[in-house]
Amino acid sequence: MKVLSRVLTLALVTLGLTIPCYAEKIVVEGSTTVLPIAQKAAEVFMNNNSGADISVRGGGSGVGIASLIDGTCDIGNSSRSIKDSELDKAVTNGRSPKANVIAMDGICVIVHPANSIGALTKKQIKDIYTGTISNWKQLGGPDEKIVVISRDSSSGTFEAFGALALDGSKVRSDALLQASNQAVASTVSRTPGAIGYVGLGYVSSSVKAVDVDAVKATKETVLSNKYPIGRPLFMYTNGEPKGLAKQFIDFILSSEGQKLVEEEGFVGLK
Amino acid sequence: MKEKIYKGIFAVLAFASLAFLMGIVIVLFKEALPIFQKVKIGEFIFGRYWYPTYSPAEFGILPLIMASVWVTFGAVLVCVPLGVGSALYLHELAGDKQRAIIKPLIEILASIPSVVYGFFGMVILTPFLQDLFHLPTGLCALNASLVLGLMAVPTVCSLADDALNYVPKSFREASFAVGANRWQTLTQVIIPAAGSGISTAIILGMSRAIGETMTVLMVSGGAAVIPHTFLEPVRPMTAAIAAEMGEAPMGGLHYHALFAIALILFLITFVFNIVAEMISRRFRIKLGLSG
Repeated sequence: MKVLSRVLTLALVTLGLTIPCYAEKIVVEGSTTVLPIAQKAAEVFMNNNSGADISVRGGGSGVGIASLIDGTCDIGNSSRSIKDSELDKAVTNGRSPKANVIAMDGICVIVHPANSIGALTKKQIKDIYTGTISNWKQLGGPDEKIVVISRDSSSGTFEAFGALALDGSKVRSDALLQASNQAVASTVSRTPGAIGYVGLGYVSSSVKAVDVDAVKATKETVLSNKYPIGRPLFMYTNGEPKGLAKQFIDFILSSEGQKLVEEEGFVGLK
Repeated sequence: MKEKIYKGIFAVLAFASLAFLMGIVIVLFKEALPIFQKVKIGEFIFGRYWYPTYSPAEFGILPLIMASVWVTFGAVLVCVPLGVGSALYLHELAGDKQRAIIKPLIEILASIPSVVYGFFGMVILTPFLQDLFHLPTGLCALNASLVLGLMAVPTVCSLADDALNYVPKSFREASFAVGANRWQTLTQVIIPAAGSGISTAIILGMSRAIGETMTVLMVSGGAAVIPHTFLEPVRPMTAAIAAEMGEAPMGGLHYHALFAIALILFLITFVFNIVAEMISRRFRIKLGLSG
């Protein structure tokens, strides 16, 4: 009996401790590119602030912005800026979307370290990935077939690369598919004729990042928008962020949050 | 009374796996069918282009099906000689001592996680094939076939060994009695008698190979084109599902298309298993064992 009452007391105390200081709930929805950042940040944020309830969903940038306009989410994640048509709809609905840049997405084009090619133009990269150019010879390199390595078609990196470097054209169908940034980098490092693309965070000494349109991919060139295959990532809010949404975005912009951003392979703003 | 309770418990456990199977089948159909409202089944199965995330999206999985077929066929070429050969050796030629060493070692092959096989293929076989055939990349159908074939060896070997064990001793004795030597007995009596059992072993080995995911994702290269040789990169159905499911928006067409691939894969292995079961039933009847 004594034991039972002790257990009960303990349970009650634990319950009491976990009663939230404030119970607020926000929904974050949208871009699958931003999803890993939002998910990781929400996890850490909720660990630090018991009681905060942040539910994170994917769906794509369009879905994120649409939900924000409809008022079904508090933060709409997007890997592109809002379109005019969406803005019009928002105004009709009495909403005023506000863009909050939370990170940059920079994608490096990488080749085998022994490859003599050190720079490509965006046009050449597009030609390689769509199949117009298929031998390094055509670019002034050795007579070697280009092994085109791409990502699985639902990854955010694939989507960003497709939009920024290929202008939406289809990747040649015989491109090799790898399921992660890491796998692309290690395949390129072992394949002399390979070309691949990875997030800036995944470039190491075992592969060579080529300059694109004569711009080297670095944190600085991505942040200053000089590097052509980079883009800002947004969290849209209705008006200035308030309450928990503000705390959450502030957390992502803090040095701790930006560290998470870099860990996920994106470029931090600081 | 106690007996009844035990009986009840075990009956529930036995039906539980049946219930899970039903659940899986229902979910597969429910999640796969919506794609066929947008894409005709014929276009889906025989379409040559797999561009699920573009607009307009293209959902043709023929390259994925052909990749699975090629890789599985290649794996059979590897696992049948190795698996059946080692079963014959174990059963006919090996002494008790050799058998006691070799059999457990072959079974260890089955306990190695598939991701380890994948690593082996990526790190050892890939550069080897690349140099051997002067390929642009060693990630290809041959690589996947070799690794999958090796993985299926224990399945084929132990089932073929069982099949050989089922052949009654009297068959062998009768054969020796009419003056046949060991080789003649093996090729003309034992193997034909165990033939359908060995076929079952091969078919189950194939269904192991076609359903394997992690390894093919790592070593097959992943190009969604219809292969013409074993030295080209391919993307088998399982690899496509594994690579793309994680980030396909739930409830979208791409998501349903991936479920539809899974459904087709399920139907293929289902047919394999039914055929294997039918052959093995006929085998047991032929040998006068219980039907």
